[in-house]
Amino acid sequence: MHQLIFSVLTLVSFGFFAFNLRKIAQNIHMGLPLDRADRKADRWRTMLLVALGQKKMFTRPIPALLHLSLYAAFVITQIELVEILVDGISGSHRFFQDSLGGFYTFMISFIEILSVLAFIGTIAFLARRNMLKLPRLSMNELVGWPTLDANLILVFELILLSFIFTMNGADEVLRQQVNQTNGFAISSWFGPLLFGGITDTHTLHVLEQLGWWGHILMVYTFMNYLPYSKHLHIFMAFPNTFYSKLDPKGQFTNMQSVTNEVKLMLDPNADPYASPTADAVPSRFGAKDVTDLTWKNLMDAYSCTECGRCTSACPANSTGKLLSPRKIMMDTRDRMVELGDYKRKNGADTDDGKSLLGNYITEEELWACTSCNACVQECPVNIDPLAIIMDLRRFLVMEESKVPTELTGMLTNIENNGAPWQFAATDRLNWANED
Amino acid sequence: MSIQVRTMADMMASGESPDILFWVGCAGSFDDRAKKITKALVKILNHCKVNFAVLGTEESCTGDPAKRAGNEFTFQMQALMNIEVLNGYEVKKIVTACPHCFNTLKNEYPGLGGTYEVIHHTQLLQDLINTGKLALADNGTFKGKKITFHDPCYLGRANDVYEAPRVLIEKLDAALVEMKRCKTNGLCCGAGGAQMFKEAEKGNKEINIERTEDALETSANIIATGCPFCNTMMTDGIKHFEKEEDVKVMDIAELIANAADL
Ligand code: SF4
Ligand code: SF4
Repeated sequence: MHQLIFSVLTLVSFGFFAFNLRKIAQNIHMGLPLDRADRKADRWRTMLLVALGQKKMFTRPIPALLHLSLYAAFVITQIELVEILVDGISGSHRFFQDSLGGFYTFMISFIEILSVLAFIGTIAFLARRNMLKLPRLSMNELVGWPTLDANLILVFELILLSFIFTMNGADEVLRQQVNQTNGFAISSWFGPLLFGGITDTHTLHVLEQLGWWGHILMVYTFMNYLPYSKHLHIFMAFPNTFYSKLDPKGQFTNMQSVTNEVKLMLDPNADPYASPTADAVPSRFGAKDVTDLTWKNLMDAYSCTECGRCTSACPANSTGKLLSPRKIMMDTRDRMVELGDYKRKNGADTDDGKSLLGNYITEEELWACTSCNACVQECPVNIDPLAIIMDLRRFLVMEESKVPTELTGMLTNIENNGAPWQFAATDRLNWANED
Repeated sequence: MSIQVRTMADMMASGESPDILFWVGCAGSFDDRAKKITKALVKILNHCKVNFAVLGTEESCTGDPAKRAGNEFTFQMQALMNIEVLNGYEVKKIVTACPHCFNTLKNEYPGLGGTYEVIHHTQLLQDLINTGKLALADNGTFKGKKITFHDPCYLGRANDVYEAPRVLIEKLDAALVEMKRCKTNGLCCGAGGAQMFKEAEKGNKEINIERTEDALETSANIIATGCPFCNTMMTDGIKHFEKEEDVKVMDIAELIANAADL
């Protein structure tokens, strides 16, 4: 009976997870094409350093260590999950214990120690978020769901860890009743401390089962909660860093569609169809909605963990401007999910009449950006909010002609006399003869 | 007093070709403060007998502010016209004292058909000193002075050039003091992304004021930078705090020219 319940539960969990992953993939595919398949070796290295090695986290060592303990516990515990699956389906108890012997004891001990560290880390993160009130963790854009999301996941983590110790602790006491021991690093003394007073074997069995079921239930809950949460970053960090922009941060894309038109303007004899990309002219210049962004911009949005490191480094934000690069990413994700759901319901060619620019992001935010790249530099998973800001600006300027007045003057000057100020091109060398 | 500088056209006419083109940039050509930086650099180049030329009236805006303002058309018009001129003179190597020109020429022109070796003037100065072409006089100009370096975003984060300017400051007889936010964490001066040419959006502070506070905290006598726009922003910040007497804002090229008695 147990085995049947377990198998059904497992199937349903993985099925629902796969269903949600497909939605995520579909949403990312709403973006425009972009070639990021080059320079494989550099990409692997970036992914190993930034995602696996969490290189960029370590600019702030204390949160980095706490985060690492949670992360390591998460990754290593997945090994134990293999045994849980085998035990659950076959009805065995600690399937690998006998065959692996000392190595098994080592592995579980390792997991237990990491779990304790993770427990401490989780409490510290909860305290920091709810008691310390760090500015970057208590801004407007986090009010409501984002804050609840962050706390929920930490509470999930605590419950999950408690179940692990209930399971291993009760199991240990049962062993000791027949003068044996599992010999795991923590539960061999912590188990008796918790449950040593219980002599009734049946109660201990129930506790052990409770821990086991609780653990797997929390794992499945966690897994299926991820697609709705900023915690998706634990998966997305890997592809997202792999497909990082590898060019210098200051290098912005040259819009091919514009090149074609400018070449035509400069050379009336040019063949408009000569360029191989002439047929790839986009429906508009720049981006108004998520469908005008590239798939990488959209993957960025799914990878954002809302940590706010970008925003706390943003010069515009720290001087009170409306712009927050984190909000740019959160808005992009929210809009992508909204539009993706709409299209799945009403057909791929439909549109709900809303857009990222306007309904989510305002012009005032966009014009506050100095393109300083601080946000890009800071992001622990190599997200590029600036690329989105620039594409939205391009739409404002090239499609809507919505340019701040002073900038109109600057642009006219460049067009008329080749400098952002009103100086004659013929005066360019005057400095050499002045005092 | 005029300063000796030759143009590409001039050199071409006499059948010569320079080793390197000095891209002066709009600020370096027209802005009164930046023109001084241009001249300091030219003095050094002349002193070291660098075989260089400028484009003079044939130079035009790289298009950087237009691109950052979202107007890709104007940017590419400028870029394609400049590339035609540069390729026409078969330019191979370019030095510039403006990180915005540097970034655009180095990173954004290749995709449009203009590929050159582009260096920032601090890199060239470092090279001149390393190869022994430029010697700093022991004139005590900077003795006992504290200098802090403000990283221009388009030199530092955008292109990972952090060392060259610092190596140069360390060659002076002065102490390099870092601001709390420096190198990769450096705070923008507020001018980038075409902000130089517009009023800031609504907020509670100007970015250059925030950055000037960082600099004043170090109690440096000189704020060094390597960008004409950063120079303007920091100079304005110093004026805001009425510290013009105590703190000077100077370009690395000016510091080196002073130290070399030029
Ligand atoms: S690039 Fe723009 S959004 Fe990013 S930190 Fe700088 S000013 Fe803020
Ligand atoms: S974009 Fe990066 S730095 Fe900013 S909140 Fe998201 S994950 Fe954090």
